[in-house]
Amino acid sequence: MRKLALSDEILLSIEKPARYIGGEVNSVMKEKDGVSVRFAMCFPDVYEIGMSHLGIQILYDMFNRREDVWCERVYSPWVDLDKLMRERQIPLFALESQDPIREFDFLGITLQYEMCYTNVLQILDLSGIPLLAEERGDNCPIVIGGGPCAYNPEPLAVFFDLFYIGEGETVYDELFDLYKKCKENGVSRKDFLRRAAQIPGIYVPSLYEVTYNEDGTIASFAPTEPDIPAVIEKQVQMDMTGAPYPDAPIVPFIKVTQDRVVLEIQRGCIRGCRFCQAGMIYRPLRERSLACLKEHADKMLASTGHEEISLSSLSSSDYSELPGIVNYLIDQYQDEKINISLPSLRIDAFSLDVMSKVQDVRKSSLTFAPEAGSQRLRDVINKGLTEEVILQGADEAFHGGWNKVKLYFMLGLPTETEEDRKEIAHLAEKIAEKYYEIPKDQRNGKCQITVSTSFFVPKPFTPLQWASMFQPGDYLGFAKTVNHEIKEMLNQKSIRYNWHHADVTLLEGVFARGDRRIADVILEAYRLGALYDAWTEYWDYDRWLQAFENAGVDMDFYTMRERGLDEILPWDFIRVGVTKEFLKKEWQKAHEESVTPNCREKCSGCGAAAYRGGVCTMRRA
Amino acid sequence: MKAEGVSTVKARVKFSKQGNMKFIGHLDVMRYFQKAIRRAGIDIAYTEGLSPHMIMSFASPLCVGLTSDAEYMDIELRTPVSSREAIDALNRVSVEGITVTGFYEIPEGKANKAMTLVAAADYTVRFRAGYEPEKIDLKSAVEEFYAQDEILVWKKTKKSEREVDIRPMIYEMRYVPAAGRSGAQTEPDSAVGKKALDPSAVFLRLASGSAANLKPELVMDTMLGRYGIEPSPLAYEINRCELYADTGSEKLQHPAEHDGKAEYEAGAGANRILTSLCALGREIL
Repeated sequence: MRKLALSDEILLSIEKPARYIGGEVNSVMKEKDGVSVRFAMCFPDVYEIGMSHLGIQILYDMFNRREDVWCERVYSPWVDLDKLMRERQIPLFALESQDPIREFDFLGITLQYEMCYTNVLQILDLSGIPLLAEERGDNCPIVIGGGPCAYNPEPLAVFFDLFYIGEGETVYDELFDLYKKCKENGVSRKDFLRRAAQIPGIYVPSLYEVTYNEDGTIASFAPTEPDIPAVIEKQVQMDMTGAPYPDAPIVPFIKVTQDRVVLEIQRGCIRGCRFCQAGMIYRPLRERSLACLKEHADKMLASTGHEEISLSSLSSSDYSELPGIVNYLIDQYQDEKINISLPSLRIDAFSLDVMSKVQDVRKSSLTFAPEAGSQRLRDVINKGLTEEVILQGADEAFHGGWNKVKLYFMLGLPTETEEDRKEIAHLAEKIAEKYYEIPKDQRNGKCQITVSTSFFVPKPFTPLQWASMFQPGDYLGFAKTVNHEIKEMLNQKSIRYNWHHADVTLLEGVFARGDRRIADVILEAYRLGALYDAWTEYWDYDRWLQAFENAGVDMDFYTMRERGLDEILPWDFIRVGVTKEFLKKEWQKAHEESVTPNCREKCSGCGAAAYRGGVCTMRRA
Repeated sequence: MKAEGVSTVKARVKFSKQGNMKFIGHLDVMRYFQKAIRRAGIDIAYTEGLSPHMIMSFASPLCVGLTSDAEYMDIELRTPVSSREAIDALNRVSVEGITVTGFYEIPEGKANKAMTLVAAADYTVRFRAGYEPEKIDLKSAVEEFYAQDEILVWKKTKKSEREVDIRPMIYEMRYVPAAGRSGAQTEPDSAVGKKALDPSAVFLRLASGSAANLKPELVMDTMLGRYGIEPSPLAYEINRCELYADTGSEKLQHPAEHDGKAEYEAGAGANRILTSLCALGREIL
């Protein structure tokens, strides 16, 4: 029996002890003396969230295929265990071996959302690793960050030894080989980092220096040594069909958020919505072949025993073989009662037909994400979804038996007016009217339309990256306008409205576009007790305001100004394929309310064609 | 629960839940087997309706923290499979700590469901290291306690607090010396060798199920309470060793030989004949 890091007394006194014991189906055990590199892969949130992340499962599988590497997992201890570990000085451990993280060669932390930043510090702290990279000695694990937030790594720069910029499939082998060589030859930490900086996609923040202008903007960003590259190239896995994919993902004992097989059908998106970071940084769209998907689906369902499979992509309807894979799964697994879940589908005849086959129409709801209420504002953000298409989709769905609709919008978009906000209510009303046009005896009771709004956060590498944000009071005013207008509607009883907190949005905005000076604020907030900021019950805005004050950092500098087009942005040193010139053009077109066609219709010259593959090299219809 | 229109075979699965698996709760063990059955390729039957689920029911939920040599679940098979094949297939896809030890065909009918049948359970209780009571001689404490005709315990219900005699629900209680293992009807190969050096323990055979249910912790707490020892929820390491049906008081079909049978004269139910749940099934060849 594997010996656990925590005693029975502790495990039986905390919530969900299964979070900490490892030993799940398909988790990988190796002899620690038989490997040269021990890698602790961390998702800095609680187990149920972290275990649901596909990217970690891909890397876990890929790393463990190497005989000389043992990759294990670690997640944030929940607040109950966090307290006990601090009181009793129990070091943070990996789930597989239950060994302390401090003994590992690497600690890899995936950065999926900004609000996990204090949890990153918790992981380091509980592991006994100095929070600041410059204070780490030769025998400390190399702390490496990755994931979408690493596209602007600057707010976390001082806490990490390395960042991996881009998709994980490409250069980890090189990094491990280099590490092994350096370890065998007794190369110092500093020298290892210097050599690692030569690997494409690897960013070593300690080897770069930033200077600032008097107004607070960046004056220069440059390597401090001659041989260090000035620009970091994002890594892209161009051959999706040949890319490694986990045929035996780990099956948790407890129910996690994503308790199903996840099949990534394609990466990237052709749509070019101007607010969407994923739509820009994962360009170009690359599809997996149908044969490859069938094989992965069969293997993963057999090895996990999951009762559900979910097709994952940014916009599943754009996958050219969608009917092929959906029909295959229905035919193949109907008898075994495997559920098929299809998020991010556009509502049209095909998707309604498929959905009626795979789910209970009466219970399920349709989802539309118009993102903005008026056509004018949808043109600004290049969301190519028209009112006509939404109403037609809803109409078809209502005739097919559905009566629940979810609508997602953003508030606080650039150029947004009072009228644009009111249009959200009007659109919901028009959908309700469509429903009540159906004769009473042919419809299924009342319809339920749920309108949800979030507040827009400008993200790096998007055409809206220069936009200003608003004050918390403004945001609440926007939501009130929508709420009030919905109450004025004829069918207001069929429309429900939810909105988000405004203050979290501002902090997300600071982290998303922040620079190195933000690190002091994160450090200070953590010292004041901030943790699990993504969880409403632990979120404390006043504590963060205090942290800004203590650190002497002006929050408004990061949120309340439109950036100049010639300003050096903290993430400008990263090359993602999509060029800054293209983004500027798109920012311009946004103000002109002019739409850009999607990648299948016409190439708009975003720059991703430099990768020579995916949709960029396919014949257009 | 009714299976969709196919003829099915009812089967009983016996498994052990040891080691770190004691931290996995009952609902998660159910989820575990739902997935394990798919991985093992066992053709289980599903309920009818819009959201079909596997026909699967557990004999008796086990609390987090307890280990067991004798957990039972009943399932229905669309395609019959031999006991040997099913056991091998399930253990091949299992995790450390969960081992399927038996797979039996059981008779049709609601009265034969494991959940309905459970009438008694065997437990061994050991003290967790650091929690051994110092002041008492465990052997004589157990013997004196079990020798009583009546053991009154205050039980709190939602409305009131009342005194209950738990003695009739204790069918057997004895001291098990160190370096041995209780002689209950455990499978011959289950962990006996490994645990040869176990500390001394208390063996309990208690009423269990919907009619009368007694928890081993309550028996131990009451016994220790007599010596002024405060109960501690972490003090015991409890292993469930077997689950029984009472075949004396109910008309049950007996497809198998009565080798798992133990008759009891003592205590209240004079006709009580305890038969292990696995002995009510037949090996599938």
